[in-house]
Amino acid sequence: MQLDMAFAALADPTRRALLARLALGEATVMELAQPFAVTQPAISRHLKVLEGAGLIERRVEGTKRPCRLSPAGLAPLEAWMEQLRRSMTANYDRLDGVLAEMTQAKKDDMP
Amino acid sequence: MNRFNLRVEGETRLVGTRRFAARPGLVYRAHVEPALLQRWLLGPEGWTMPVCISEPVPGGAIRFEWSDGRGGGFHLTGHYVLLEPFSRIVHVERMHLPDPTPDNHVETRFEPDGHGTLLTLTMTLPDAATRQAMIDSSMETGMEASYARLQGTI
Repeated sequence: MQLDMAFAALADPTRRALLARLALGEATVMELAQPFAVTQPAISRHLKVLEGAGLIERRVEGTKRPCRLSPAGLAPLEAWMEQLRRSMTANYDRLDGVLAEMTQAKKDDMP
Repeated sequence: MNRFNLRVEGETRLVGTRRFAARPGLVYRAHVEPALLQRWLLGPEGWTMPVCISEPVPGGAIRFEWSDGRGGGFHLTGHYVLLEPFSRIVHVERMHLPDPTPDNHVETRFEPDGHGTLLTLTMTLPDAATRQAMIDSSMETGMEASYARLQGTI
């Protein structure tokens, strides 16, 4: 299971930014490194982590190795977080109602 | 719009944030008083919490039992570690599905935000392997499927 690595991969802001860029489509290391104030080897190291976690795929095209998002990469982690997000969103939406009543009751108590 | 935001932080932490229109004092009370917890800490529509034990003192017990009204359900146990009214709660919890999930250390912060409150929930699991086990077990319970089904009916 690669979930642990996926978590570690997502913990880094540069790697999250790289994934966000790749969500727009395939890109080469040079294209990916351009917006960042870090070297290409540094970007290559981040890409290696993302590849190891199964989050991205790379193919060979001459001397280039363009990257793209792996369709299956984020599925289990995202599914779990989505489940948590959904149930807590429902909870907190209900809590809004409870708080509104509490606020009203407090006002009613005042002379 | 007060949206619940959930993100991964580091190797073992999940951080959720949510804004509320009420003052921290009220939001804090809604997190520790059983009669209030039973009204909102329910997960998907259709579930209730018939048993709610919350003893908001250090070492005080936490026990929540949920029911889907059709014979299904599960429960959570834990204890309070520290409480700073009305700004911070630290507690430990685990779900029983029916096997206990690993301990989840939870810090809940309540910060004034204009006339309302910014709530920050930080969940920390002991290590990456534990987090993995938790993800696996929660996926296995079929909660995902029932949530998805219920979501569709709302």
